[in-house]
Amino acid sequence: MPEENPLVEMEREIVGGDFQRAGDVSSELKNILQQAGFPAPFNRRVVIASYEAEMNVVIHAYRGIFRVQIYSDRVHIEVDDEGPGIPDLELAFQEGYSTAPPHIREMGFGAGYGLSNMKKCSDRLHIDTRVEEGTRVIMDFFLPSFMKG
Amino acid sequence: MGIKIREFVEPLQAEILVRGGMESEEVEGGYCGDLLSDCIAHAEENSVWVTVQSHPNVVAVATLVGIRCIIVTNSQEVQEQTLEKAREQKITLLRTSLSSFETVAILSRLGVPGKKRRVVR
Repeated sequence: MPEENPLVEMEREIVGGDFQRAGDVSSELKNILQQAGFPAPFNRRVVIASYEAEMNVVIHAYRGIFRVQIYSDRVHIEVDDEGPGIPDLELAFQEGYSTAPPHIREMGFGAGYGLSNMKKCSDRLHIDTRVEEGTRVIMDFFLPSFMKG
Repeated sequence: MGIKIREFVEPLQAEILVRGGMESEEVEGGYCGDLLSDCIAHAEENSVWVTVQSHPNVVAVATLVGIRCIIVTNSQEVQEQTLEKAREQKITLLRTSLSSFETVAILSRLGVPGKKRRVVR
């Protein structure tokens, strides 16, 4: 079966360390989802996971590309960064575990809930990471059939 | 049933840093905390957020959640970029010398309820 074409595609750059604009990509995505008419609880899930993925790039990486494809019944997000990678993925998924430095934590970031929020909010989460190269996060969100149409 | 944002100002002896929609808008609940990941996962739409955080990303999180009003406590200094972002997003920004605990106690007396449901389990 041929792949259905996405209704909307978006690709944005994320700059590591740019806390000023951090969250803007997820905010833009939220507006698109609302305009596309998806139900609020679904949008909320996508936006939480998207924000965490975006913040991970801002907090930990040098730069990243955020790509999203919105279909009639699902949302696909890929975030690719150049950065330090994640040495121990299992540890990184533990709530409260974080490698963020103290000045980042003081701002209320880096509390160690990013990956677990992403896991809880997405229907499928895949992470490829190479130490000292970068990390790719792939997330899928499926609209439950009772919410469609 | 909501509580009008402008009713918070006097009991909290709050400074109005950004008015946003405070003249007409109401909140239906509140969230208190300083960890952004916890706020985005647990705060609700149309609520008031009580926090000591005052950097611009607080407004980004509030926008994503749909928070109407941010109350910065303990007289924390607020960056100009935070004010700009709040003006852009039409989010009310108040500041009080009270602690977060005292602020929540007063909001509770004014009738702002806790949350109704959990967004993330």
